[in-house]
Amino acid sequence: MNHMFTAIKKGRLLTGLVAVGAVVALAGCASGDPLDTSSTSGGDAAEGGAIVIGSQAYYSNEIIAEIYAQALEANDIEVERQFNIGQRDAYLPALESGEVQLFPEYTGNLLQYYDPETTAKTSDDVYAALAGALPEGLEVLDQAPATDQDSYNVTKEFSEANGVTSLSDLASVTTPLTLGGNSELQTRPYGPEGLLATYGVTVGFTPIEDSGGPLTLQALKDDQVQLVNIYSADPNIAAAGLVTLEDPEGLFLASNVVPLINTDAATPEVSDVINKVSAALTAEDLVELNSQSQNDQESADTIAKNWLEKVALF
Amino acid sequence: MNLIEQGFAWILDPENISGPSGWVARLLEQLAYTFGAVAIAAVIAVPLGYLVGHTGKGRDIAVSLSGGFRALPSLGLLILLALGLGIGFRAPLVTFVILAIPPILAGAYAGFEAVDRRTIDAARAIGMTEWQVVTRVEVPLGLPLLIGGLRSSVLQVVATATLAGYVAGGALGAFIFEAFALRDYPQALGASILVTALALVLEGIFALLQKLVVPRGVVVKEQREVRSRSSRTRAVMGTPIREGK
Amino acid sequence: MRWLESNLGLVWDLMLTHMSLCIPPIIIGFLISIPIGWIANRYRLTRGVILVVLGLLYTIPSIPLFIFMPLILGTPQLSSLNVVVALTIYAVALMVRSASDGLGSVDKDVLQAASAMGYSGWQRFWRVELPLSGPVLLAGLRVVSASTVSLATIGSVIGVTSLGYLFINGLQRRIPAEVLTGIVSVLLIAVVFDLLLVLLGRLVLPWSRRDRSVRAKTVARSRTAVLTGAGS
Repeated sequence: MNHMFTAIKKGRLLTGLVAVGAVVALAGCASGDPLDTSSTSGGDAAEGGAIVIGSQAYYSNEIIAEIYAQALEANDIEVERQFNIGQRDAYLPALESGEVQLFPEYTGNLLQYYDPETTAKTSDDVYAALAGALPEGLEVLDQAPATDQDSYNVTKEFSEANGVTSLSDLASVTTPLTLGGNSELQTRPYGPEGLLATYGVTVGFTPIEDSGGPLTLQALKDDQVQLVNIYSADPNIAAAGLVTLEDPEGLFLASNVVPLINTDAATPEVSDVINKVSAALTAEDLVELNSQSQNDQESADTIAKNWLEKVALF
Repeated sequence: MNLIEQGFAWILDPENISGPSGWVARLLEQLAYTFGAVAIAAVIAVPLGYLVGHTGKGRDIAVSLSGGFRALPSLGLLILLALGLGIGFRAPLVTFVILAIPPILAGAYAGFEAVDRRTIDAARAIGMTEWQVVTRVEVPLGLPLLIGGLRSSVLQVVATATLAGYVAGGALGAFIFEAFALRDYPQALGASILVTALALVLEGIFALLQKLVVPRGVVVKEQREVRSRSSRTRAVMGTPIREGK
Repeated sequence: MRWLESNLGLVWDLMLTHMSLCIPPIIIGFLISIPIGWIANRYRLTRGVILVVLGLLYTIPSIPLFIFMPLILGTPQLSSLNVVVALTIYAVALMVRSASDGLGSVDKDVLQAASAMGYSGWQRFWRVELPLSGPVLLAGLRVVSASTVSLATIGSVIGVTSLGYLFINGLQRRIPAEVLTGIVSVLLIAVVFDLLLVLLGRLVLPWSRRDRSVRAKTVARSRTAVLTGAGS
């Protein structure tokens, strides 16, 4: 009886293992990052020659990265997508090591990452300073006219009630102010301490981890916070009728979209293609691209394709 | 190992302890989420579970609900709710209530089902009304399993309450998200140690509670059954009661 | 729902990636738990310590555990190995109790009978103990599977792509349909895995269905399953 029992068991076990194997194999087909394959372009990127393009885990950054990718593909340069990488601390080492080779960045934020003490403020100064601040092995290509920088915004009602249109006006507001933004804003040079040092404004801080997204906006509308950090290319600033406060003392650095590239990957062909893209990417374009993503719910792939068709570079 | 020292140093740093954003306040928020969510969930799930357990109706639905909800991704639920409810404590609280319901529901109906049918027949035979059967037989005898369910849901929520920080809901997760954004490992570790320690303490309290509420007759039976040789009866009575040991 | 229509391909790819992230921890966690559960069950004194210590692993909040993985393992920040190892830890934390309970549920008379028939300890384990504890092991494995599928979404917070991408991306773009799609996809995978495990159970443990006391056992098993799960 025992023999029969084990014999059955072995047979069944084998069948079971085959079933498990089938599932593993099915899932194994998908090894790798599915965001890699968001492009329509055919074929898997070959290991050796392909240039690895990364993006932040930020939808707008992903669109720009997708534009880079499609532009290169249109010029028969093989690419591999490594999108949706978290923060600078995570992806910059990967860029330095060559794990990732090309990345859409923002000049001001990138400069402050490498040189927190920098005094550069204007677009050109920041770009010039950035070239000197980058570590060995990394360089930036031409910056785009498009900017996407941190900006402090208030509701229209708040602006009118308190007569505030500029950060320098905030000092005269008597009610307590709370600033909303991602956790890291707390320790950035332009965070609460910067506001105090530059404009003499004392603010509390509420961390909201959606990068100036809907939760931040809702908190502002509900008056849970009075001041929010929203990236300047966010279409919701206009849609929600927010007032972006002016920054006469230059608390924020100008932050243009800039391709950050590993020197080894910066061949003349690649640089040429990406520089053409950058030259065509205007501030209005970027807001429009973001709007297509949020309001029309288009995929990064489609948005990039449409934009490239519109500018007709290649 | 240096990092672990730094984690404890973060906990012991007076600057991090007190005040509205010190860890004592955050820890209390974590506790408030935990007990608030479990209390609300219990109000919903215990009567429902008792109903299922007593009547045997809707059992299949209850089983698949409590099983399926385990796979519900809490981060997704939290974000979806926050898109509707905004920042603050509301979206996290609703998320945690939803997470806390399945184990309590399961504990409640399983507790009733675990009662020997002969015991219930005996109760009826001595003239107990249906209501008396529920309150004097099924509820006390099902209590260990109900407490087990409450314990599971408390432990689930206390660890998951960390996510509240993602939508500005406070609690110890606020430290963890901040630390992640700033790559402040000592703070991340310190806050994690606090969450785990909190879970440990709650686990201990529940283990104790579970022993205290077991009716005497059941204790005797259980002790006998640990040495018993029948796999079936042990699975019925033994396993859940031994949970806390 | 416009979002879903134009992103079906992305959702499918993410589902496959999510599955590939979940399957190794479920299998490896199961394989690791059996010997640990056996030890816990064999030596009564170690049982309490092993179960409590491993059970506590499950109370470590997932986000910090994911964050610390690269530091502990020395892996690159973006490696999916970080998530796989962390999920395996949770799987073991959940599974060891089921393994110990399952092996402990085997009738001692049966074990003695097996020994009397001349089975060595090793043979007895493979041919008697393991198959007979199958139903309880399977119940535990189903819990592990559901929990793993759900927890893998947290990987996206630290940059390892999973279905959690849809939560974070959907939040940034204010598209509730995208977040909802993510939740439904996770549940779908959990259900498919669960059905596969049940099917696997029927193939590998056919006798458990024919058992006359099947009803009672199912009740006991589902209860064990319900109560062994702690939290995410």
